[in-house]
Amino acid sequence: MNFDDTPEEAAFRAEARAWIEANAPSHLLPILSGSGFGTSAEAGEIDMLAEAKAWQKKKCDAGWACLHWPQEYGGRGATPMQRVVWNQEEGVYAQLSFTFIIGQGMCGPTVMAWGSEEDKQRLLPPLAAGEDIWCQMFSEPAAGSDLAGLRTRAVKDGDEWIVNGSKIWTSGAHISQYGILLTRTDPSVAKHKGLTMFWVDMRSPGIEVRPILQAHGQSGFNEVFFTDLRIPDSQRLGEVGNGWNVSLTTLMNERLSIGSGMSTGFEPLLDYAIRAPGPSGGRLVDDPSIRSKLADWATKASGLKYTGMRALTALSKGEQPGPENSIGKLVAGTTMQDIAMFAIDQQGEAGVLTDPQRAAAAARFQQVLMRSPATRIEGGTDEILRNIIAERVLGLPGDVRVDKNVAFDKIPTRA
Amino acid sequence: MQFDFSEQQQEFRQEARRFLAAECPPERVRKAIEGGGFDRALWQGVAEMGFLGIAIPEEHGGLGLGYLELCAVAEEFGRALAPLPILSSIYLAAEAIKSFGTAEQQVAWLPRLAAGATIGCLAAAEGERLSERHLRTAFANGRLDGTKAPVLDGDIADIAIVLAKEGDALSLVRVDLAADGVTRTPLDTLDPSRGQAEIVFAGAPAERLGERGEGWAMFQTLLDRAAVLTAFEQIGGADRALEMGRDYALERMAFGRQIGSFQAIKHMLADMYVSATLARSNAYYGAWALSTGASELPQAAATARVSATNAFRHCAKNNIQVHGGMGFTWQMDCHFFYRRANQLALALGGPPDWEEKLVSRLSAVNMPIAA
Ligand SMILES: Cc1cc2nc3c(=O)[nH]c(=O)nc-3n(C[C@H](O)[C@H](O)[C@H](O)COP(=O)(O)OP(=O)(O)OC[C@H]3O[C@@H](n4cnc5c(N)ncnc54)[C@H](O)[C@@H]3O)c2cc1C
Repeated sequence: MNFDDTPEEAAFRAEARAWIEANAPSHLLPILSGSGFGTSAEAGEIDMLAEAKAWQKKKCDAGWACLHWPQEYGGRGATPMQRVVWNQEEGVYAQLSFTFIIGQGMCGPTVMAWGSEEDKQRLLPPLAAGEDIWCQMFSEPAAGSDLAGLRTRAVKDGDEWIVNGSKIWTSGAHISQYGILLTRTDPSVAKHKGLTMFWVDMRSPGIEVRPILQAHGQSGFNEVFFTDLRIPDSQRLGEVGNGWNVSLTTLMNERLSIGSGMSTGFEPLLDYAIRAPGPSGGRLVDDPSIRSKLADWATKASGLKYTGMRALTALSKGEQPGPENSIGKLVAGTTMQDIAMFAIDQQGEAGVLTDPQRAAAAARFQQVLMRSPATRIEGGTDEILRNIIAERVLGLPGDVRVDKNVAFDKIPTRA
Repeated sequence: MQFDFSEQQQEFRQEARRFLAAECPPERVRKAIEGGGFDRALWQGVAEMGFLGIAIPEEHGGLGLGYLELCAVAEEFGRALAPLPILSSIYLAAEAIKSFGTAEQQVAWLPRLAAGATIGCLAAAEGERLSERHLRTAFANGRLDGTKAPVLDGDIADIAIVLAKEGDALSLVRVDLAADGVTRTPLDTLDPSRGQAEIVFAGAPAERLGERGEGWAMFQTLLDRAAVLTAFEQIGGADRALEMGRDYALERMAFGRQIGSFQAIKHMLADMYVSATLARSNAYYGAWALSTGASELPQAAATARVSATNAFRHCAKNNIQVHGGMGFTWQMDCHFFYRRANQLALALGGPPDWEEKLVSRLSAVNMPIAA
């Protein structure tokens, strides 16, 4: 047990820090440190997508992008620990790379595991360099938690597949060049067995993207419609009918990349509690009842951080990321919602204000309040994550499965 | 014992429900949120039904009924998420004038408030958590100076009841918001269905309400009464959020089953029911104390307030969760309930203040009598 940098890690850290100091877009610091409510107003004329792409490209050219990917695909072949060190050093600038997280964190690894060598050479380097944005087209109107219940059909036609159907909640589809697409190729077998995965060019004829306005007033996810979309068979990822296993690669990486290292909002809360006045005149942090809550959240935040460290240690010893990684998003999602409510409550009636110029802590807590409901749903709901922990980690019996071994087209779809 | 609304009161509630179902459907709430502005026609309709004047005496243009009837109707306004300034204008401003105003002030304002022709609001907060000691807005020689923010419905109100320093004590004063020396700026908030504003007073003409130096005590009385009425809005909202979640759980299929057949969802809905039910019972206790003028009112009000705040928030956030991705779209109404639940939690002072009041009132009541 040792938290100190090894000499190699220390050297890596010094190198990373020096490079970031010399190269980071420090003119964006005020925007990146503010809350999401303020981004557009403060950003003014600044094109944040262009800034994000520029930062990603700069990182990639200097060997700081997709650190754990092999060098030939645009990465650096770094160890998991070097990745942690980099993340610590990159700090708020990492927000610029959120746009690429689905591509680099989920789609890239899936292509790497299941794509042809030619695809990998062609698709991965521009993804690492931030030239391309990718989206993940899994969920459908009738298939979210029950992902294997999806209905978008792909039918073989010579060397091509013809795809019809629709996806929903596709984050970033409106700005993506590519996406991975899970389809049903055989409805006559059990639902997990008839699926096949592809990668697609989002500019192909037959794809229409319609943005959906989200509950917090921003537009991040989309509906995607396919009408006689043609995909060459060469863009298939994995065998026909093996789409479920391919999608598990994506989902495992999803849990790893969005769950691990996810902030609970505890640090900004502590910072606020140290500055803000408490009910009895002193500082908020000095109030006994508040201290007990702070203590609870502090242990959740640190517990998550060190659980993440243990997962990384296991990873660096060559172990595979397992279902236990579901804990990250489960704890972070609920904790950030609790913390946000608590923090706005401390602000009294002014807690409703969302203007970063007026609200405490640049309206960060108000922003988290409105965004956290999504965290508890995207990439697996709290309930599904608990099922995974109960069944796959603890070995408890699965839910009664009325759709088990039933041909997909015989499963009840209506109450 | 009869711990329920009378048949007549229930009938009154039904009438409010029918009216709001017809006149304030979710589309109309949506329009208010998405920038339709204040729905004056709806406000006039509510006034014509007599709902604004329920607890205002007949001689001042009201119906002269009691608080119980007003509680019953408040629940329906909460359930419909009515985008209307009832909390500000009726539970607070009209109450202030009715309870502490002079005969002339009552004659001048109560009929207008009951008819919806004048909208009132209460301006107390000054940017941070409110405390008796830190208030800066000052009233002297019939003039008011200072800044109040956020003021709920301050963007559309015609008059404000303002908590201000008068010398070294606090008083309540009434200000005409159209007068010289008043500027207001609308503020962006979590719940755009209810406007909020910053109001700056620079030598604005004002008149005192009630006794000099009694401002803080009067303010607390107003808050306690409004807390009970607001608790009914909150349980109305909580109940509706629970119903929405239940209906969706019956309709949505996953893994070949209704999602309501999963124990996780069942337990979530059952817990929503439990918190809404406890809050309703606490609100009834508050209504009883309010309507009878019982000495328990402060304690009952704080109980109702804390319970209803928790229940509405709990139901609103879990309603989104039951709806999955659907719940996080602008198109669904789930987030309106989440927004309103958080807005109401912070109106009248935030939860920590009410928790503090609840426990200190409980412990004061049960204090052993000194020998
Ligand atoms: C902000 C956001 C971004 C997203 N981005 C993407 C994306 O880029 N690509 C993509 O493919 N998808 C994306 N999604 C979709 C996301 O993965 C689904 O919303 C999620 O898996 C839930 O599915 P659903 O919305 O269909 O809810 P449902 O599956 O209908 O769930 C409704 C409720 O039922 C519960 N439930 C369902 N099954 C069970 C069970 N067996 N036991 C107990 N409870 C159960 C759920 O927990 C939930 O509370 C995104 C979602 C959000 C909110």
